[in-house]
Amino acid sequence: MDFSLTPEQQAFRQTVRAWLRDNIPSEWKHVGSSEIPRVEAYELLREWQRRLYEAGFIGLTWPKEYGGHGLTFMEELIVHEEMALAKAPPILNVLGVGMAGPTIIAYGTEAQKKRYPSKILSCEEIWCQGYSEPNAGSDLASLQTRAVKDGEFWVINGQKVWTSFAQVADWMMLLARTDPNAPRHKGITYFLLDMKLPGVVVKPLRQITGEAEFNEVFFDSVRVHESEVLGGVNNGWQVGITTLMYERLTLGFGLQMRLRIALDSLIELARRMEKHGRVITKDPLWRQKLAQLWIDTECLRVTGARAITKLLRGEMPGAEASTGKMVWVETHQRLQELAMEIEGPYAQLWKGADRAVDGGVWQHSFLRSQANSIEGGTTEIQKNIIAERLLGLPKD
Amino acid sequence: MDFGFSQEQEMLRATARKFFENECPSTFVRARMEEPAGVTDQFWMKLAEQGWLGLIYAEEYGGSGLGFVDLTVLMEEMGRSVMPGPFFSTVLLGGLTILEAGSPAQKKEWLSRIAAGEAKAALAWTEPNARWDAAGVTVTARENKGAFVLSGTKLFVLDAHTADVVVVVARTAEGKSPEDGVGLFLVPKGAAGMTVKLLPTMDATRKLCEVSLTDVRVGADAVLGGKGGGWAPLARVIERATVALCAEMCGGAQKVLDMTSEYAKIRVAFGKPIGTYQGVKHKAADMLVEVENAKSLTYYAAWAVDENVPEAPLAVSMAKAYASDAYRKVSATGIQLHGGIGFTWEHDLHLYFKRAKSSEFTFGDATYHRERVAQLINL
Repeated sequence: MDFSLTPEQQAFRQTVRAWLRDNIPSEWKHVGSSEIPRVEAYELLREWQRRLYEAGFIGLTWPKEYGGHGLTFMEELIVHEEMALAKAPPILNVLGVGMAGPTIIAYGTEAQKKRYPSKILSCEEIWCQGYSEPNAGSDLASLQTRAVKDGEFWVINGQKVWTSFAQVADWMMLLARTDPNAPRHKGITYFLLDMKLPGVVVKPLRQITGEAEFNEVFFDSVRVHESEVLGGVNNGWQVGITTLMYERLTLGFGLQMRLRIALDSLIELARRMEKHGRVITKDPLWRQKLAQLWIDTECLRVTGARAITKLLRGEMPGAEASTGKMVWVETHQRLQELAMEIEGPYAQLWKGADRAVDGGVWQHSFLRSQANSIEGGTTEIQKNIIAERLLGLPKD
Repeated sequence: MDFGFSQEQEMLRATARKFFENECPSTFVRARMEEPAGVTDQFWMKLAEQGWLGLIYAEEYGGSGLGFVDLTVLMEEMGRSVMPGPFFSTVLLGGLTILEAGSPAQKKEWLSRIAAGEAKAALAWTEPNARWDAAGVTVTARENKGAFVLSGTKLFVLDAHTADVVVVVARTAEGKSPEDGVGLFLVPKGAAGMTVKLLPTMDATRKLCEVSLTDVRVGADAVLGGKGGGWAPLARVIERATVALCAEMCGGAQKVLDMTSEYAKIRVAFGKPIGTYQGVKHKAADMLVEVENAKSLTYYAAWAVDENVPEAPLAVSMAKAYASDAYRKVSATGIQLHGGIGFTWEHDLHLYFKRAKSSEFTFGDATYHRERVAQLINL
């Protein structure tokens, strides 16, 4: 057991650190919780990701021939850690980098692997995820969007919902039913869908924060060429599950790292706010709450290190890797609740109020955090997965 | 970075698991709960033969010279079987204090005998004031013609009744800070003026004593390290012992999770195994999260104390804060999911539930360690 880095890795850390020091855009504000890209920052973030790509700090574990660097998860970990410590902006094309790219590299034809991954990394093409439907959320396998073969094309009809980034996305990871007569997990196909195709209609959904960060997407006889099937017809469930596994490992891992940014901001907030004439960080009860958050944040980091060690050794991640998402959710939502509690009556003030703390940024991140336990697999589903796959409890 | 166990460590785990399954089944544990000693000579000698009593001591003292990460593996397995007896007090408290602060001669004398199973040790540190800081040390050691005279009361002393030597923490002088003027003294079994009273405890697998010292005279050769510089080595010992305790807690919690998920697969209610119901599944998943998180922080702390990195004290307090809550919650949920059978004396769950409780309050509970975390991160 060894937490130390090789000289090469230490040098890499220094390179990343120095680059971040010189390149984080001065317009970027890190106050509050900045792990989810906000709509108003999309353009800044698009440019930020392009610069990260050019500097070689993204797609580290992807093969060189597909735009990556052929490095290990250790270098990936170092970049995430340094970005968290430097309070760097997040990755905009997070679904492409965390899900679409690795899945295409795992299942794609040579042509697909040449075509898509590098443009994902450079943020030239943004990806969204077409999984959830109005009647298929946690029970994803009940999805009803249909794809019917017509010559060389598949004709898509149906609807997706809660689709983040659809309003700016160039491509979608689409799950559609290609064989309605097969058992429900067996008749689904994974498509790479060009969002500019005729018949794709994106309608913004206004959410709890007041913004329209996610969308409904309608497909009206959208014709997708058969070369855009990923991983074989009627094999979409397998491919989609792989995507989710990558999501939990890499995307989840980045989020865990970034929890540190939010925690640092929260502690800084606690240092300058008072309750009943006493600075919050000097209050024994608050010290308990803040220390527990610190412990839980560190715990995510070291649990991630356990999972990464397994990957580096070429083993499958064990029980520790499956807990990351739900632990992150619980910790982050608690952090956001504590921000509100620290602000006290000021928590009621929204952006635009002169006296709003930090311009009301915490109010936004607090509301946004309510989605954490729903998006990317609800906490309830995560618990079912842990109970059934890791503990072997019977399915219903 | 490689944050996992080596093949040798995995082998140690497999060996230890098999050993404790054979040698320390719950019938053995329950028999020891009924007796004062908490251990049999035969079992103790088997621990010695395995090389585990000297696992972390250098070879020159009859040990194997292994590290804290290796010990973590062993402790997890001991916790898994709720192993009773004075291993912890001997190897990690009394013995480790001698290792940290003792002279080469003192180490030679005691550690070799501990490793061989010929001697047991204890650490008399805490007092009725139940403090974990240096200010809690009020037992006095008055210097008198080259000897020391110890007076006062030590409480919550693990296994003092079976120890051949008790390391007594006592105040030799009032210094500028409470950490100054703390001395460590080797007091042999049966020393005049020392009375040891075994206390009834909720967790009968842990034997706690009250040690009363009335003008106990020890020679200058009984001092471990400098006469007033004992706090620093003691703090290192407590840090290390705390990590070992956390590992033991993780092993116990994992066993409760294993017992509970097995039970949920076979116990039928309303026509289905109870593990089919989400009300049970979700609690079981919560248990797994608690166990895995406690392990992560414990392994990290074990590495940190092994390498003596600057963040070691923080890592230790994070681990103990987490493990204290986790073991308590996991063992309570285990009982809940077992229902009535889990509440019986006959079922083994209460052994774990009680061990969780005694462990929680050994070397500071979660609240104490969270405050320590707050201090160490400069809140």
